[in-house]
Amino acid sequence: MFKTVRGRLALILIAMVVSGWQLYANGLKLGLDLQGGMHLVLEVDDPNGTLTADAKADMIDRVDRIIRTRIDELGVEEPLIQKVGNDRLIVELAGISDENRAKGIIQQAAFLEWKLVLPTTDMDAALPRLDRAIVATLGEDSLRAMGRATAAPGQNLEELLFGGGDTTKADSTSGAQGADSTAGSGLAAAAAAATDTVAAREAVLRPLSALLNRGDVEGTYLVAVEDVPTVEQFLAMPEVQRAFPRNQVLQWGEEVVGRGARNYKRLYVLEKEPFLTGAFLENAVAARDPQYNQPQVQFQLNRAGGRKFQRFTSAHVGDYLAIVLDGKVMSAPVMRDRIGARGQIDMGAGTPLEEARDLALVLRAGALPAKLNVIEERTVGPSLGQDSIDKGEVAGLVGLILVVLIMVAYYRLAGALAVLALAVYVVFVLGGLSGLHATLTVPGIAGLILSVGMAVDANVLIFERIREELAAGRATRTAVDEGFANALSAIVDANITTLITALILFQFGTGPVRGFAVTLSIGIVASFVSAIYVTRTFFLLYLQGKKASEPISI
Amino acid sequence: MRLFSGAHYEFIEKRKKAYVFSGTLIVVSLAAMVFNIFTLGSWLDYGVDFTGGSLVQVKFHKDVTAGDLRAALGGAQAPLITRFGEASEFLIRAPLAEGLSIDDVAAQVSDQLTAAFGKGTFEVESKDLVSAKVGGELQRKAAMAILFSFVLTLIYLAMRFELRFGMAAVVATIHDITITLGFLAAFRVQIDLPSVAAILTIVGYSLNDTIVVFDRIRENLNKKGGRRRDPVELLDSSVNETLPRTVLTSGTTIAVLVALLLLGGAVIRDFTLVLILGIVIGTYSSIFVATPALLEIQDRWGLGKSAEKKKKKPQAVPV
Repeated sequence: MFKTVRGRLALILIAMVVSGWQLYANGLKLGLDLQGGMHLVLEVDDPNGTLTADAKADMIDRVDRIIRTRIDELGVEEPLIQKVGNDRLIVELAGISDENRAKGIIQQAAFLEWKLVLPTTDMDAALPRLDRAIVATLGEDSLRAMGRATAAPGQNLEELLFGGGDTTKADSTSGAQGADSTAGSGLAAAAAAATDTVAAREAVLRPLSALLNRGDVEGTYLVAVEDVPTVEQFLAMPEVQRAFPRNQVLQWGEEVVGRGARNYKRLYVLEKEPFLTGAFLENAVAARDPQYNQPQVQFQLNRAGGRKFQRFTSAHVGDYLAIVLDGKVMSAPVMRDRIGARGQIDMGAGTPLEEARDLALVLRAGALPAKLNVIEERTVGPSLGQDSIDKGEVAGLVGLILVVLIMVAYYRLAGALAVLALAVYVVFVLGGLSGLHATLTVPGIAGLILSVGMAVDANVLIFERIREELAAGRATRTAVDEGFANALSAIVDANITTLITALILFQFGTGPVRGFAVTLSIGIVASFVSAIYVTRTFFLLYLQGKKASEPISI
Repeated sequence: MRLFSGAHYEFIEKRKKAYVFSGTLIVVSLAAMVFNIFTLGSWLDYGVDFTGGSLVQVKFHKDVTAGDLRAALGGAQAPLITRFGEASEFLIRAPLAEGLSIDDVAAQVSDQLTAAFGKGTFEVESKDLVSAKVGGELQRKAAMAILFSFVLTLIYLAMRFELRFGMAAVVATIHDITITLGFLAAFRVQIDLPSVAAILTIVGYSLNDTIVVFDRIRENLNKKGGRRRDPVELLDSSVNETLPRTVLTSGTTIAVLVALLLLGGAVIRDFTLVLILGIVIGTYSSIFVATPALLEIQDRWGLGKSAEKKKKKPQAVPV
């Protein structure tokens, strides 16, 4: 069907509709220089002011590199990442549809550790010591105040102060009753407590252990979700941390576990020092668990990491191994056998696959050396200046009109056909750019100018050949056919050579070089099709119904 | 209308003059680069995109546009100005001249703004040193990519044409890049990210132009008796036959660029100038450098003689 003029026209129309649809559906993304975007100022977190200027400068250098890699992998083209002073970083991104996702990817520490899960025995023995440390530090009064502050059911003052470690929260009927009569029983309890001797009181005050329930898995405690902030606060106290058993830490699990009608989080007892960190990671990819179809991140360790991992796991068969990401235990599988260089992080049911992709991305790019705070968040205008863009638009329009005038004045009707073919080229390019989610910037426009020039050139080559054939005395139809055929080799070779250059620039280039290469590649393909196929079709249409020897306007 | 049809200019006979001209331009180019190394410290005048500099944030109490600000800060010489947030707040990224501190730059900006908008109409909210937007790896990688593309271009042209055509095209492209960079060095045009793209555009344009002329040479060589024609005469007639196309294509491109130059405003002026210069040089070099280079390579090394055996015309892809 594509041999007939009608078939050719139909094909061109379909391609234009597809391009138009791409443009309509995806829109054309413009870069920071043409449109502006989101502007973040990041700072290394230093709450205690303990970091030296040098340490900060060194950290921001590393942060700079890692964030560059992350944003590159996120697919944002030509971001602006710039160090400000010695301790801050400006990140400007164009065309971000989900700002929170972008911020998450920038800010996530992505610090991955593998730690051994320990039995709770030592920790159980240390709990009374931890309780005493809390009471000694906060004092009875403020503990009481805290108990009132957390109004969640089952956590009234009475239970916070006097509840036993074995009281399972699931069986909380007494707690609920207590909550109903908070005012009366609370006061009564306080009065009762005041009559006790100090020693006796300290013995019964168990602020922490009262909130810990026996875990369902070895090496864990369960904490009701509403108690998590309180426990977190206790565990963050330096006095409490000093009272921990040697080389042991408590870290939260990511997952929420339902037991009966209530939800819990696991608190894992872990070896303090990780035996392996994300620094040994070679690659990480998002995938779906083949068995449960849940999203997961599959990782692969490098050789040194793989050896370490094998050695460690073969010595701990039967133990549990916690995969800790940014201080949260993602999972703690049992080591059934020696594990090699591969593994995975399960994301839990209901997590969107995109989240697994983002995690894989930040893991590949590496961990940030410090927490980052966003100290300023703004939108910025186009870096070129709106005035320049307005002027550029006018100038571009005038340039286009010049091309049309020159082509029509020089080649008459044939020139007009070429202009129509160029209009089709524009639709193809815009469709191609939006279809490939490319971002248009000033360097990209340079690539387009080159490809427009080549499209015009291809038409000029064809028309000159047709004129030569006509001058040599050939009949119109023959001259047109010969003209297209003779011009083809030059057009093909010029386009392929330029395409080779564009593809190499894309492969090796960064930032603006890449932007240039993308638009140039799209532009060359579109210009080739436009000159060879679209102009030809228009010519065939023009020649239809003409006698083979009738003169044409060229 | 038809320009230059049936022209018979003796381009190739005048190649010695062209060599002197090109040679002079290349020497001046290299001299300018060396001169810059000693006076500027780098062979090109790198802008803030590459060197980093100062970042001054100003907030106006009245409505001011980026255009007003640019006019107040020196028009074409104005530093990079970006609107910041929704209000009349701007980020100004200015280079840090040697011996000047960040405070000097901020004071200078402040003076210029006071002169233009009056005292108390704005505040300088912050001033900081900023790093380069791009590292040295951008240029290194771009240069590597161009070198690598030369190799592939050479191979492709050697396959489609003959080896000497590939070599001549690469020589012409190197010629164009050197002179363009020399121009940038001599006039100390500030190099920013779009300048890099402009240079790449010139590479593409120059190659395209050269290949069109070469295509005609190949065609004439493969015609009956083409190999027995006088090489100089054959090259000359090939260049003359493509002259109408060369003039029209270059003319159209330059017309568009002149429109951009005159109407496009201060920010893209340098970018457009570099492109115009590159197009002129690219057109010149395909006639006066690439084509004579074919002759020289053949005279000196006799490359391409073996190709006489294959008379086959390169097969064009039917569409």
